[in-house]
Amino acid sequence: MVQSLGFLKETPSQTAGPYVHIGCTPNFSGITGVYETDLGVAMVNNKTLGERITLRGRIFDGTGTVLRDALVEIWQADAKGLYNSPSEMRGAADTNFTGWGRCPTDMETGEYVFDTIKPGRVPYKDGRLMAPHVTLLIVARGINIGLQTRLYFADEEVANAEDPVLLRIEHRNRVPTLLARKDGSTFHFDIHLQGEKETVFFDI
Amino acid sequence: MSNKKPETGAFFQRDRQWHPPAYTPDYKTSVVRSPQRALLSLDNTLSEITGPVFGHALLGELDDDLIHNFAKPGESAIGQRIIVHGRVVDERGVGVAGALLEFWQANAGGRYRHKREGYLAALDPNFGGCGRTITDEDGYYRFRTVKPGAYPWPNGVNDWRPAHIHFSVFGHGFAQRLITQMYFEGDPMIWQCPIVKSIPDKAAIEQLIAALDRQNTIPMDARAYKFDIVLRGRRSTLFENRMEGN
Repeated sequence: MVQSLGFLKETPSQTAGPYVHIGCTPNFSGITGVYETDLGVAMVNNKTLGERITLRGRIFDGTGTVLRDALVEIWQADAKGLYNSPSEMRGAADTNFTGWGRCPTDMETGEYVFDTIKPGRVPYKDGRLMAPHVTLLIVARGINIGLQTRLYFADEEVANAEDPVLLRIEHRNRVPTLLARKDGSTFHFDIHLQGEKETVFFDI
Repeated sequence: MSNKKPETGAFFQRDRQWHPPAYTPDYKTSVVRSPQRALLSLDNTLSEITGPVFGHALLGELDDDLIHNFAKPGESAIGQRIIVHGRVVDERGVGVAGALLEFWQANAGGRYRHKREGYLAALDPNFGGCGRTITDEDGYYRFRTVKPGAYPWPNGVNDWRPAHIHFSVFGHGFAQRLITQMYFEGDPMIWQCPIVKSIPDKAAIEQLIAALDRQNTIPMDARAYKFDIVLRGRRSTLFENRMEGN
């Protein structure tokens, strides 16, 4: 026998289910008066530094049907590439930017929308700069463990071409599944859970 | 929040054999909502090591009291009064201070307050079904609610969910983000549920079953259930390569 390392096991995931809105966005689900606002509704205020953008898109299942009961969370750096988090050691992030947003997909159209700013570049482990990106978490009925992926910006061609994470994608024809399409100040990013256009999901 | 120095290490690799796989055909909705290609494994970067934290100032007085937070003044939700409490720790056993927990559940009759909910059990006018709290310095949390009822759901012809409370948990890094469900000791429905059985390992399922905690039961008021939550642990950064400029 040797000494036990004594590590615990992570609590296993279970689906967020069809009623995730009750707990995470109660005002959206019609339960008003408990919380003033739903968490993660506003990421920016009128003092936030950086280029204002809107992220929007829909989530499709393996039959091409839009999910109308999903919840999307995003996490991103500020305009200078700093995270608003105690684990950020490189400097103080913009105090007028939360970096975190949460949006349920619309119950009719299935669309999610985030008003945010274009993130700055953040270094990879070895110091190379990653391209501007947003980290996503997608949960819903039928999703047993939250799906993690990244949104990159299609107009950042040079930065994307040298991004150490994108470079790790073996099947290069799947890279575009992570690129949000620019349309003025809006970036469109659809997520495909299955099929020909299946989004690259991460084990992070 | 803790006065301890924030940690910056990458998180332990997630044991995906312990979690439910994406594709679990007995839980029918998972069939077309499960990715089929291999996940891209990525040792954590700053984007995963960091994460949002929420201060206690966020919380309202009744946020951790589901018996009263939706009830009319002087009234309370119907059902068996319970306290749910426990600690949020990481895989190293270290308490996770300042972790935001959000919970949601059906009422005592098994009915959710939601537009899409069609079960014939009655709504309780004094029960909304949501609550939240933030762990203290030691990772401890507690909240008060009523025990939710079991309810039928359209999967098999006659499938019923065991009584459960949904939990959404934030640790200190976005890679620790966890959504799960808590079940109650002694409920035979647990072992018949296709969603529970999406978890392959019995010991992992048992990690989701809260124990009836008679020591912390409040006499003549509420029974207690203890539910500890484990988030991913962090590696030490001692010998990690330093980034340029750091």
